[in-house]
Amino acid sequence: MRNLIVFIGKHHFILLFFILEIIAFTLIINNSFYQQSVFVSGTNEFTGKINKTVSDITGYFNLRETNRLLAEENARLRSTGLNTFIKTSDSVFVKKDTLYRQQYKYIEAKIIKNSFNRRNNYLMLNKGSDQGIKREMAVISSNGIVGIVNEVSKNFSSVMSVLHKDARISAMIKKSKYKGTVVWNESNYKTGDLIDIEPHVVVKKGDTVVTSGNSQIFPEGILIGIIRDFSIKPGDNFYSIRINFSTDFNRIEYVYVVKNFYNNEQLKLLNTQKNE
Amino acid sequence: MNEKVIRNILRLIILVALQVLIFNNVNLSGYINPYIYVIFIIMLPFEIPGWLLLVSAFFTGLMIDVFSNTIGMHTAATVLMAFCRPGVLRMFSIGKETESEAKPTVFYMGLYRFTMYSLILISIHHLAYFYIEAFRFSEFFKTFFRALLSISFTTLVVVLSQYAFSKGKGK
Repeated sequence: MRNLIVFIGKHHFILLFFILEIIAFTLIINNSFYQQSVFVSGTNEFTGKINKTVSDITGYFNLRETNRLLAEENARLRSTGLNTFIKTSDSVFVKKDTLYRQQYKYIEAKIIKNSFNRRNNYLMLNKGSDQGIKREMAVISSNGIVGIVNEVSKNFSSVMSVLHKDARISAMIKKSKYKGTVVWNESNYKTGDLIDIEPHVVVKKGDTVVTSGNSQIFPEGILIGIIRDFSIKPGDNFYSIRINFSTDFNRIEYVYVVKNFYNNEQLKLLNTQKNE
Repeated sequence: MNEKVIRNILRLIILVALQVLIFNNVNLSGYINPYIYVIFIIMLPFEIPGWLLLVSAFFTGLMIDVFSNTIGMHTAATVLMAFCRPGVLRMFSIGKETESEAKPTVFYMGLYRFTMYSLILISIHHLAYFYIEAFRFSEFFKTFFRALLSISFTTLVVVLSQYAFSKGKGK
């Protein structure tokens, strides 16, 4: 026993170092957002709460900007005359109209964890399956697309950002309606690439790129970005188009999750097509 | 002694606030993420006991982690850096460490020694942090490049801050 105490006394520096590193790595493995987005488990709820507290605090610093964005959006919605929206609960808006069947519903959510400077980026929202969020729902902000819901737990959900190597968003040039795909070129969070546009299409700098509505996930006409420059590389059959994302991933705080009421029906039809 | 403790605690609070509120939002071209809070570990007094060095590194890292939602990552990197500090200090020793006024600053160590001392510690911290963050070796060179850029930026800030804030206290 005495020897043990002498040993600890002699090597306490290195022993303490190992103990602290073990604690640190335990924390990393239990709480890392990266692992969480892959294996959603009980720990998600725990870190979700920590992230929420932090975001509640840091949210105060952005109140002015958030206010401005909301006011802007309010003005935009008002000017389109969508006064058929009625408020059914504190956060879900449903459009009632006998002439039209409603296809999409928007659920408001707050981002409590955001990453945009990593290789594959994820966001965490403060709503989950209990609030009606399911996998593969679209996530948009007031400025444009954000991502697709990746995993949900009871009260939180993880969103695969557009800034992800596997993200492929079906898009079109608003003016000419030609369709392509938006991918992220991994260089920075402000620009993406529009691919699969054929060379005969007239493309201009400053053209708007929106979602095409060809996928079941995103509604048609959601803003993606604006064409910054374009070129055709020798030997390529398609344009290389660089776009500026309209969403500033650095600053987004509130988003809408889009629920498509006809998602299952569309998917079912798609599957029968495949079977034939 | 008491004054030293208070000064270091104040420095810690200011650095954590600077890091969380300003430098965490610096993302020059998406590559450079400077972590300037390591100045705290660099500038701890020479005579600090080993266990206190490690424990303060642990809590510094944890504070940054809690605020930037990277639980454990900064902690692991900072503790590793603190662990290496006595060895690195010995490499650049000037033999004046026992003087009661001596602190690891540009003015006591000289520009060359201080820059090398902080460069090595910052490299250890940043390389550890960036590889823990990437969590895979398939992007070895990309991660390395990111770490290198941030190391040079942080070192620059650390050395410049010596001249900006420590003048007058020195020679």
